[in-house]
Amino acid sequence: MPAPRPEAASPGTAPGGPGAPAAAAGPAGDAPLLERFERTIADNQRIEPRDWMPEDYRASLVRQIAQHAHSEIIGMQPEGNWLTRAPSLRRKAILLAKVQDEAGHGLYLYSAAETLGVDRAELLDLLHAGRQRYSSIFNYPTLTWADVGAIGWLVDGAAIMNQVPLCRCSYGPYARAMVRICKEESFHQRQGFELLHTLSHGTEAQQEMAQDAVNRWWWPSLMMFGPPDDASPHSARSMAWKIKLFSNDELRQKFIDVCVPQAEVLGVTLPDPELRWNEERGHYDHGQIDWAEFRAVLRGDGPCNAQRLAHRRRAHVEGAWVREAAAAYAAKRAAETALRTAGASA
Amino acid sequence: MSTAAGTGSGRRTGPPAGPPPWEVFVRPRRGLVHQHVGTVRAPDARAALRAARHAFDSGGEPTSIWVVPTCEITASRPEHRGPFFAPAADKAFRHPTYYDIPAQVQHL
Amino acid sequence: MSTTPATPAGTAGYAMALGDDALVLAQRMAEWVGSAPQIEEDVALANIGLDLLGQARALLGYAGQVEGCGRDEDDLAYLREERRFRNLQIVELPNGDFAASIARLLLFATYQHRLYSALSAGTDPTLSAVAAKAVKEVDYHADHARSWTLRLGDGTAESHRRMQAGLAAMWPFVAEMFTPVPEFAGLVQAGVAVDVAGLRPGWDAEIRAVLAEATLEVPEPTWTARGGRAGLHTEHLGPLLAQLQHLHRTHPGAAW
Repeated sequence: MPAPRPEAASPGTAPGGPGAPAAAAGPAGDAPLLERFERTIADNQRIEPRDWMPEDYRASLVRQIAQHAHSEIIGMQPEGNWLTRAPSLRRKAILLAKVQDEAGHGLYLYSAAETLGVDRAELLDLLHAGRQRYSSIFNYPTLTWADVGAIGWLVDGAAIMNQVPLCRCSYGPYARAMVRICKEESFHQRQGFELLHTLSHGTEAQQEMAQDAVNRWWWPSLMMFGPPDDASPHSARSMAWKIKLFSNDELRQKFIDVCVPQAEVLGVTLPDPELRWNEERGHYDHGQIDWAEFRAVLRGDGPCNAQRLAHRRRAHVEGAWVREAAAAYAAKRAAETALRTAGASA
Repeated sequence: MSTAAGTGSGRRTGPPAGPPPWEVFVRPRRGLVHQHVGTVRAPDARAALRAARHAFDSGGEPTSIWVVPTCEITASRPEHRGPFFAPAADKAFRHPTYYDIPAQVQHL
Repeated sequence: MSTTPATPAGTAGYAMALGDDALVLAQRMAEWVGSAPQIEEDVALANIGLDLLGQARALLGYAGQVEGCGRDEDDLAYLREERRFRNLQIVELPNGDFAASIARLLLFATYQHRLYSALSAGTDPTLSAVAAKAVKEVDYHADHARSWTLRLGDGTAESHRRMQAGLAAMWPFVAEMFTPVPEFAGLVQAGVAVDVAGLRPGWDAEIRAVLAEATLEVPEPTWTARGGRAGLHTEHLGPLLAQLQHLHRTHPGAAW
């Protein structure tokens, strides 16, 4: 929801419109406000929509939350691809519930972003124009039913690893959205794992399907954590602001450590011959990630980039007349009410 | 909608006399959401906010207070409780315990 | 077809027909997910699809059980061919644009609401329990469709035109919802099945009121669809089932 209108301006402050940050600088400049902002974060307290915040913090958050929201929406496509073909009614229901949740999560996140003074419509325009991103994992195709399982196990698994710490991030609306989302996502990963487990313990064809999907989704899932720390220029600032709680490499390592034993239970082989427990480090060593592939997909040269955006744009354009109708109807009813009220008080 | 008051019947035929009601929502502490705490009567938003501050002063940390004209609130109807609020109980597959995961799997 | 009293086979056939209605429409709803005009609608249509799927599973599961040949909900959903599906034709029609889909949902969900209300007072305890739960769900579906009918009918000139066109496309399929199935006459007599002809006047009144408020005209159908309950479908059911069933049929006997 957009940030509420502040009460009428007191001297020295600029009146804010909806969504505008509250107090502007007083005579001493931003310094005291910045100090209060930094102290709030250092105390692990939340910054709320009406608080003063540096413009960079606000802009970074808008970008981060919007990207997260766009990811939920775009993420509906690869999985939605199998809704009409799910091989049992139970699986169909589970997948439909999952995709519905993802749409709902997009809504929570757009609402959180809107508290920072942007509109969902603006953010969608930026997405459609290719000026805001979504997680590049969704630029890969779901070629088989097993891909649905791999996405649940690996992609949702990676997302959860990222999201749980964000429940404690510094921005209130984002942290609260993360809490809601994490609670609802508890079944998303489990259903994926169970789906794959059923396949890997099924017919020969099903086992092959499971292994093939894991082969294709493993490395891209590792790339979800972003570039290596030494190639991540904005990380330090995000971590100081507590909108990023762990480094890319830390989370990626944690994810690998958790997945290796899970893969063993699944009976699938992770497509990395260099995966090996390192007793000294207390972690799994792993092979080199193909960062060239990551960069290519990031700049649009992935298997599904064009398709994902085209699908989104088409839905948006084809739905314009519907949204216009809803607005027109609401306007008519509001005009009627105004007329009635005016008549009543005449 | 209504005629002028003073029909002599004793029944209110116009908008209620006195300042209109506002619903008050307070965020008691950073990190929490706003909760509905009650109603105040005031002629405008500023006055409503002041009235709310006095009426619902938690005496603790600085709070955030929202006031919304009561007439702007649209509420669901109690008799629609069934169909309006999706019965979650029957969607067992939304619960993590619904999935058959081998006991030795960790971190899931 | 001869009149069947309330035999297991008869009850199974009836449950299958109602289950097929729900299954086929759930499939059409699923097609909207990710392509709806706004995100709130992706959520709403997925929710409606999920409810319908739940009804389908309950009804088909019961049908298989009563039939007593060892068929479960998946056997019925994935291994029957077009001529064995007993759904009404209205649910198998392609989604069309949003207005056409809303028109179809309005007409069918309003019918389902009246059907399930009556069925929840029926003599078969399982069917009446399924119906009692489903009534609440389809009440919401019909309400959702009514809201959109008002907004589209009384929104812009374009939305009005599309909504009118959607209704016109769906109207030939209305009569079938209320046409008694001779095979089910015995079940109706036994109180297991609902007398659908009796639902029409109430349905008419309700629909006409909504359309009037939405500034829409009640269409005049130029032809009447028929045969779905007897396994005679439009050419749209084939491709729908091909997509629904393909993966399951590719791996006979596999567990999922």
